[in-house]
Amino acid sequence: MLEALDLQFTILLLSNGVMIGLMYSLIALGFVLVYKATDAVNFAQGEFVMIAGFVAVGALTVAGIPLWLSILAALVAMVGFGFALERVMLRKLIGRPIIAVVMATIGLAAILRGLGPFGIFQGTRPLPLPLRDEPFILGPLFIPPIQLLGGIVSLVFLAGFGYFFLKSRKGVAMRAVADNQQVAMAMGIDVERYFGLAWAMTGVVSALGGVLWGNMLGVDVNLALVGFKVFPVVILGGLDSIPGAIIGGLIVGLVENLAAGYIDPYVGGGTKDFAPYVLMILALMIRPYGIFGKRIIERV
Amino acid sequence: MSAILEIADVSRSFGGVQAVQKVSVDIPRGEIMSIIGPNGAGKTTVLNMISGFYHPDHGRILLEGTDITHLAPSEIAKLRVARTFQNIALFSGMTVLDNLMLGRHVLMKSGVLSSFIYWGLAQREEVAHRKRVEDLIDFLKIQDLRRRPTGSLAYGLRKRVELGRALALDPKILLLDEPMGGMNQEEKEDMARFILDVNEEWGTTIILIEHDMGVVMDISDRVAVLDMGLKIAEGKPDEVRVNPAVVKAYLGETKTSEVRHG
Repeated sequence: MLEALDLQFTILLLSNGVMIGLMYSLIALGFVLVYKATDAVNFAQGEFVMIAGFVAVGALTVAGIPLWLSILAALVAMVGFGFALERVMLRKLIGRPIIAVVMATIGLAAILRGLGPFGIFQGTRPLPLPLRDEPFILGPLFIPPIQLLGGIVSLVFLAGFGYFFLKSRKGVAMRAVADNQQVAMAMGIDVERYFGLAWAMTGVVSALGGVLWGNMLGVDVNLALVGFKVFPVVILGGLDSIPGAIIGGLIVGLVENLAAGYIDPYVGGGTKDFAPYVLMILALMIRPYGIFGKRIIERV
Repeated sequence: MSAILEIADVSRSFGGVQAVQKVSVDIPRGEIMSIIGPNGAGKTTVLNMISGFYHPDHGRILLEGTDITHLAPSEIAKLRVARTFQNIALFSGMTVLDNLMLGRHVLMKSGVLSSFIYWGLAQREEVAHRKRVEDLIDFLKIQDLRRRPTGSLAYGLRKRVELGRALALDPKILLLDEPMGGMNQEEKEDMARFILDVNEEWGTTIILIEHDMGVVMDISDRVAVLDMGLKIAEGKPDEVRVNPAVVKAYLGETKTSEVRHG
């Protein structure tokens, strides 16, 4: 009887880990898209998600717009934000040392966290989605509806962007831009347009992440902390790999759930938040370019 | 003689160094024009100015009478000026086919949205482009390499694929930056053959940058010689070969390099 319960508990942790992991993959995808196309490391990915959450909640509660329109507003706002950010800030940093972009995005993250609430919100706002409360029960699996939705949306977009890069002409051109900007220019590829496109695609992913994670955690400044999960995900999977983002997300999701389930009871909690980082540091020591990443981690 | 490209009184310096000084060259349509000269003569700078990577400090560059002096590289590519690079610059993670298809980027019209709306049209366009690329694959005799990632190919073959990618643009002008650099004699002869065939079959104007005079003299219609940023001679290969200034430039280089190494 006890063993059956144990097994049930493990299965619960694992299924939870997979669903949450896929939702990490989705956000990590935003990071990967930008790195793949522009070689820029975006330390503000979590803040992008937070801003999307604010826009959706703001549209829903302050402006009183229907939910689907609020989600659309978040999408449009984040795509616009991505484009604008590339045009205003990042284009100026093209060709500068990578540390310039890193510092710029860290600064941007701080600004967004500071400006995010903008005096409109006090405390945490819920972002309700029309989902049922009871979990789906499939044999031994208990899956909360938001996690199922999150998992499915993540998979759809991961597959979509994967297809885009592999098969579509624009995707192949974007890979060319990522590979060598100068040569891409000589092919007649408008490099700056593709940079803008990459940031806009990150906006799409961030908007979805903002709605999904906003529903799970509530919308406040702390929503940006989701971004911290991105780093172990992309280090484990490889900074420039879409399959890597999926695998890395799954690993992080599983590890933190197993840690929470099995280690937390002995140490009083909190392992969930750092267990993925232990793994990340180990990965950096063994396979610095990630599981699927290009071997060249930095071009000089 | 009608010039397809006019380089008029062009200068460019980097810091305090005059890389190119008041160089004028007219490139006749349909000919193979070589720009040669010792190391540091300014050949690649000229090529980079034609393809828009550098802009001249003074002077103008005209393509079929249109001023292209200050256009960006991607805009110049859109005018069907294609180039290769001194150090092979293929997209190494991609297949030969992907690289060649990318060469046709500027010729493909339908965008993301329209390719969703007019699926059939985009498909038809894709097929037409693929056909042209297949012709080039046959021309360059790289049929069995289609699906190979370019990173895995031997040096000479990569040079050939890079030529193919430039040809995929259906260029009016083909700029080749040391296409035979680092090749053995056999590979050099193969490349020379391809260059002549391109010129003959499609009438493409070719501008060729080379360091050593060897094969270049055999395949060029005209040759311009640069030394220390100045044009010191221009003419038919036979005229240039015996030009005292050219002989001096090349011998002079040997002497200075001896001094440098000694």
